[in-house]
Amino acid sequence: MEVELRNITKRFGEVVANDDVNLTIRAGEVLGLLGENGAGKSTLMNVLSGLYTADEGEILINGKPVDFKGPGDSISAGIGMVHQHFMLIPVFTVAENVILGVEPTGKIDYLDLKKARLQVREINQKYGLEVDPDELIENLPVGIQQRVEIIKVLFRSADVIIFDEPTAVLTPQEVTEFFEIVKSLRDTGKAIVFITHKLHEILDISDRISVLRRGQIVGEGDPQTTTQTELAEMMVGRPVSFNVDKEPYAPADVLLDIEDLTVLRENDDVAVDGINLKVHSGEIVGVAGVQGNGQSSLIEALTGLTRVAGGTVKFNGQNITHASTRARHRMGIAHIPEDRQRMGMIADFSIAENMVLDTYYDDRFSKHRVINWPKAYKNSARVAADYDVRMTSVHDAAGNLSGGNQQKMVVARELSRETMFLIAAQPTRGLDVGSIEYIHSRIINARDEGDGVLFVSSELDEIMALSDRVVVMFEGRIVAEFDATTHPLDKNTIGLAMAGAVA
Amino acid sequence: MNEQTESLSEKLLQRAAPGRVDFEDMVVVPVFAVIVALILGAVAMLATNVDLATIGRSYVALVVGSVGSVNAISETLTAATPLVLASLGMAVGFRAGLFNIGAEGQLLIGGMAAVIVGFSFAGMPTYVHLPLALIAGAVAGGLYAGIAGWLRAATGAHEVISTIMLNLMSYRLVDYILRLPVVQREGRADPISRSVLDSAELPRLLEWIDPNLRLHSGLFVMLVAVFLVYWLLFKTTFGFEFRASGANPEAARYAGMRSGLIIVIVMVFAGAMAGLAGANQTLGVLGRATPGFSAGIGFDAIAVALLGRSHPVGVLMAGLLFGALEAGGRQMQVDAGVSIDLIAIIQALIIVFIAAPLLVRKIFPWGFQKETRAGKE
Ligand SMILES: Nc1ncnc2c1ncn2[C@@H]1O[C@H](COP(=O)(O)OP(=O)(O)OP(=O)(O)O)[C@@H](O)[C@H]1O
Ligand SMILES: [Mg+2]
Repeated sequence: MEVELRNITKRFGEVVANDDVNLTIRAGEVLGLLGENGAGKSTLMNVLSGLYTADEGEILINGKPVDFKGPGDSISAGIGMVHQHFMLIPVFTVAENVILGVEPTGKIDYLDLKKARLQVREINQKYGLEVDPDELIENLPVGIQQRVEIIKVLFRSADVIIFDEPTAVLTPQEVTEFFEIVKSLRDTGKAIVFITHKLHEILDISDRISVLRRGQIVGEGDPQTTTQTELAEMMVGRPVSFNVDKEPYAPADVLLDIEDLTVLRENDDVAVDGINLKVHSGEIVGVAGVQGNGQSSLIEALTGLTRVAGGTVKFNGQNITHASTRARHRMGIAHIPEDRQRMGMIADFSIAENMVLDTYYDDRFSKHRVINWPKAYKNSARVAADYDVRMTSVHDAAGNLSGGNQQKMVVARELSRETMFLIAAQPTRGLDVGSIEYIHSRIINARDEGDGVLFVSSELDEIMALSDRVVVMFEGRIVAEFDATTHPLDKNTIGLAMAGAVA
Repeated sequence: MNEQTESLSEKLLQRAAPGRVDFEDMVVVPVFAVIVALILGAVAMLATNVDLATIGRSYVALVVGSVGSVNAISETLTAATPLVLASLGMAVGFRAGLFNIGAEGQLLIGGMAAVIVGFSFAGMPTYVHLPLALIAGAVAGGLYAGIAGWLRAATGAHEVISTIMLNLMSYRLVDYILRLPVVQREGRADPISRSVLDSAELPRLLEWIDPNLRLHSGLFVMLVAVFLVYWLLFKTTFGFEFRASGANPEAARYAGMRSGLIIVIVMVFAGAMAGLAGANQTLGVLGRATPGFSAGIGFDAIAVALLGRSHPVGVLMAGLLFGALEAGGRQMQVDAGVSIDLIAIIQALIIVFIAAPLLVRKIFPWGFQKETRAGKE
């Protein structure tokens, strides 16, 4: 099967998200789609999967033009999409989720779950997916949930499978497994489209690469011969440096002082197990670790979102163990949460409203509980321009921003505040290389100005690039600590510690 | 900041003209919904063996009875006023993600409190007595709703359940109060309160035209409330917090907003508006309280708030429409002998179609721009 997109143009009001795009997708091939945040990748794929109708251009399948009136048409034409944000029902089982909308039924509309389970098992076996059809979605880690999405697509017998930033939420281990699955799909003759911002991934897995910039295809690359630097330049339109410059390490007083901190999960399991950690002013501490080893709970405890079971947290000498989230905000602690759509923003609100989501109450934006909107608008526009959040107006709904620009909006909001301390979880998730470079330089700027920074990332490269010190969390404890200022960091050693190999 | 970002940030401040889709959602869908509902109402009449001439006459009566004369307009506005008041509270609740079914009970309690203040304090001047009675209504309604808010915040008890139960309790509570010697009208055995004193009555507005015109100054209370709620929702930090916790409670919590407190404040506010609607009825229309004087206004208010998309201006429009349907419906019954239940059917149909915009778009494809919309990523 061969799918051809011909002269596709898609506009949203004044925004031209796709501008005369031509693209061919072939069976047995992985097409890597690369481009800046807001370049139009998701839009293009939404056109292909029937969610949007193109304003101009046509789609051809095996040379014949097709007309998709909705996702249903595209599915029956054999095109399936795994969206970045999963569309699963948490309280349903895997099998129930897979058959949703195409339920196999027996006599008098009897729902044939048994058959569904069997079919899920078959798909499992064929592609080595290993998912239990009877498990509830909410009990599954993200990596497995993604496989359920893949099974869903395969169950609808798709020949073309689109992955929109599938690896953004996966741990490195899960990425490796995911690539195995993609390879086996390709080898059975499926056509794959793979969107990512991670250049090494795209070089690893793609057979061909297309690069989008501002809605247009600006280049093609052969993964055999192209380098990451070339790709980055093609994408952004200028050379990108992967190294960040820092002032010499000059830590001052202790800002954040964590002593014997213990945090429980909802089911009373120990999530954080007696952690001791000090973060100084003018220092970046990176928390490395495989997801699910207590990093999220640590951050929630530090930001006042979770009750602390034991130990103390001091900030600037003050005991804040039980202070409210708002009180900590006021003290100058900024927080970039790990899941922007769920925790960091309100999709239905305008960008301007989102830009003051946690500062609307302070003197700058309101007096006697009346918000000074003109001032808030001006500030949002300034911050957005400053941080290169690509949009047309601050009055647009934040949900209309591209995924990466949503992330930039959240990061911009937190970094543009007067802060003393930054707590960040996956601050560059979903960002293109140019934006990562920029956000990194802002974080380092904050540190050079004397802020303390504590950040969690599942990207070892990011940890290595930013941190003055690295601590490794494993099963709720800090199992290793590395000082980047005295010895250069070694990726392998950190990796081993993350796997729990260091005592 | 350099010049380039400066000029870019200027550009970002510009507001795009309201999109076609917004216009369709706010105007086209409701208009079509009303038309379809009226047509289906006619079909319902046909099905019950009403002949075409009568159907024609009843729709003429509907128009005449709602906007056809000074009296009709007065009746429409009189009916709309409490509906708008109560559904303003409802709208604030919806915005904050709270489904307050309890307006009926809050309205009863508020109206009752207003009556009690209204017949007490003889000799007080109007400019003190009337505001006092109105405030009593709002406070009583607010406190009554606050019970449900507190239960939700403190124990997690869902407000739908607790407000339904509070409704049922309010009926009996009013019965009980009406039989208290201090409240019950002297010489009466049935549950009926003393009459509100002149000094606490909402003055009639059109008595100079015809003493029978019932429109009263509650209308101004209502208009002020519309403006106030708009201001509260969109200009104050309270409103921002309400809307944020309704649209994404998790993000609101991460932003440091305190959901428990917000729930209680919103419920109290919604109850206060319903209580004001009750006071509006007892001080402006009825002059006393009897069992069930709320007459289902608190339930109609839910529909009005939904129809008005929880926006104060939308609520005003929807309330006027429902007021017109009610006033016109009475005329319909008189002129054409059609049951007033038909109006309930038409109201219900309007709600159904408003709640299902996709259905309306399917029925009237030519009324809308072709656009497939989808969520982000
Ligand atoms: N529903 C929409 N309404 C208005 N504008 C939109 C809508 N969807 C996307 N856009 C705009 O179209 C452009 C392309 O967005 P798209 O989501 O395709 O980018 P992307 O390449 O996927 O970026 P990212 O890497 O950040 O996910 C952006 O400028 C975005 O703001
Ligand atoms: Mg995208």
